[in-house]
Amino acid sequence: MAERTLHVTLRQNGPIPLEVRFTCGTGDTLAIFGPSGSGKTTVLRSIAGLYRPAETVVRAGGETWSDTAAGVWVPPHRRHVGFVFQDYALFPHLTAAGNVAAALTDRPRGEREARAEACLAQVHLQGKASRRPHELSGGERQRVALARALAREPAVLLLDEPFAAVDRAVRRHLQDEVAAVRRSLDVPAVLVTHDLEDVVRLATHVLLLDGGRVVAHDTVSALMRRPDLPGLVDAAGPGTVFDAVVHRHDHERGVIELAFDGGVIVAAGAAQAGTRVRARVPARDVILATSLPDGLSVQNVLTGVVSTVAAPGEHDAVMVDVAVGGLVLAAEVTRDAVRRLALAPGRQVHALVKAVSIDVSALASTPPRS
Amino acid sequence: MDWQAFRVSLSLGLWTVALLVPVGMWAGHVLATRTFRGKAILEAAVAIPLLLPPTVLGFYLLTVFSPRSTLGALFERAAGASLAFSFPGLVLASVFINLPFVIQPIQRAFEAIPADVRDAAACCGLSPWQRFLRIEVPLAWPGTLTAMILTFAHTLGEFGVVLMVGGNLPGETRTLSIAIYDRMQAFDDHSAGIMAAVLLVVAVATLMTTTALTERLVKRRG
Repeated sequence: MAERTLHVTLRQNGPIPLEVRFTCGTGDTLAIFGPSGSGKTTVLRSIAGLYRPAETVVRAGGETWSDTAAGVWVPPHRRHVGFVFQDYALFPHLTAAGNVAAALTDRPRGEREARAEACLAQVHLQGKASRRPHELSGGERQRVALARALAREPAVLLLDEPFAAVDRAVRRHLQDEVAAVRRSLDVPAVLVTHDLEDVVRLATHVLLLDGGRVVAHDTVSALMRRPDLPGLVDAAGPGTVFDAVVHRHDHERGVIELAFDGGVIVAAGAAQAGTRVRARVPARDVILATSLPDGLSVQNVLTGVVSTVAAPGEHDAVMVDVAVGGLVLAAEVTRDAVRRLALAPGRQVHALVKAVSIDVSALASTPPRS
Repeated sequence: MDWQAFRVSLSLGLWTVALLVPVGMWAGHVLATRTFRGKAILEAAVAIPLLLPPTVLGFYLLTVFSPRSTLGALFERAAGASLAFSFPGLVLASVFINLPFVIQPIQRAFEAIPADVRDAAACCGLSPWQRFLRIEVPLAWPGTLTAMILTFAHTLGEFGVVLMVGGNLPGETRTLSIAIYDRMQAFDDHSAGIMAAVLLVVAVATLMTTTALTERLVKRRG
């Protein structure tokens, strides 16, 4: 397994500064997240060999694709990558099947058609094989691009803002499609995006990039709780991200019960029992209490133990981590609250979370492997 | 109607197109996809035949074709005949003056292919040669077709350079446009009129074919 891990080291001062080093295991989906101009796409293009930084080491599928020091440079067409481009980049003169078959030229002629059909079927485009790109909708084009990328049985799957060109409604669908394709390929995947939803729904790991430098690189849940990362958590502030399974859907109350490593939490929403979801609890929406009053509206009272109390940050806000079973829940409270409740590691507290504060999205990707 | 001149014109046009298309494909592709030192100068040089008067072009071509020049001498040794005032010489001159008519539209056609499409082709495992044949050439085909038809029509109508380089040898270098001039000089308005009408019909037919073909291609690709 380890030899099929993707290893990337890129370094140069200009014209696009790069100082990047990471690995991505098989089955992992690494989201490269960052503002535009941070070098996200350049990293992806460097892996594919479409861009050649001053210093580069790329290893994938047990092969070395580039190693500046050793004088190795494999041209893009000899690297087994599945690349999904932002604007699809389909071949306009070829049919959907022709587009997919174009990625199969290293196979015997007789096999290509069947394999192309199979790949199109995998993205639910059977029956559209003879359509040309201009006869397909945006979402369908993207699925052809996906089928084309997986046709070669790539050693790495590279996705460049794969949902940027489609509207919200189609986006969900495509995310599921990508996740399904992702599951069928036991290879590392790298996803470039500036959309937090893509990260939460598809990624196992996040690499935060700014000005060509790695600001942070960790699992999705670890990064989401960090208050110090601009960009990633800007919209909603830091929070706790965890994976759970829908235990029960209570139609009457309009809530779902989520089973997680440490208990059950109630969230507003609707989902089928058994659905794997990723939930996010904003740290500022978590209330801590040492004793409980009666008649609470809040649905979730989780009892746990304070594990860490961070130093006060901006606006005197303090991040307090509470271990609830296997889950470490982050709560953002004032410095004053820390003093009044005598919050310190080892202290038993109740964490109160409103059901409507919990963002739940059906998990599209393979679960993070630890 | 001078059918012999018609045949000379036709074969001159076809030879010119046949020789120029590979040259145009190659040069157009290089100019569209690569950056190199002196590219701007080369692009300007390609356009020279558009700007120079035919007499000036003819003068220089004749100088190069003369047996005293390297090219002229080489040709004479190989073929046993002079390049000047011969059909091969005429074809060579025609190829040269039509360079911009072929290279520029083909270059634009290659330039119009999005960079992502080229990159996608590379990521599909297609070698540079396969990318050229399977992706780029088909996509640049409408531009190439326009270039071919324009060149053919332009060659049929060329007068100045043909007269300078080829002279007016029946069956060898007398093209239809030279024949028209020849007939007018002889006050044979009737023959000149018929031949002029033939060229007019060919020009209109060419234009209509181009439009129809381009429209069909565009419709097919959306």
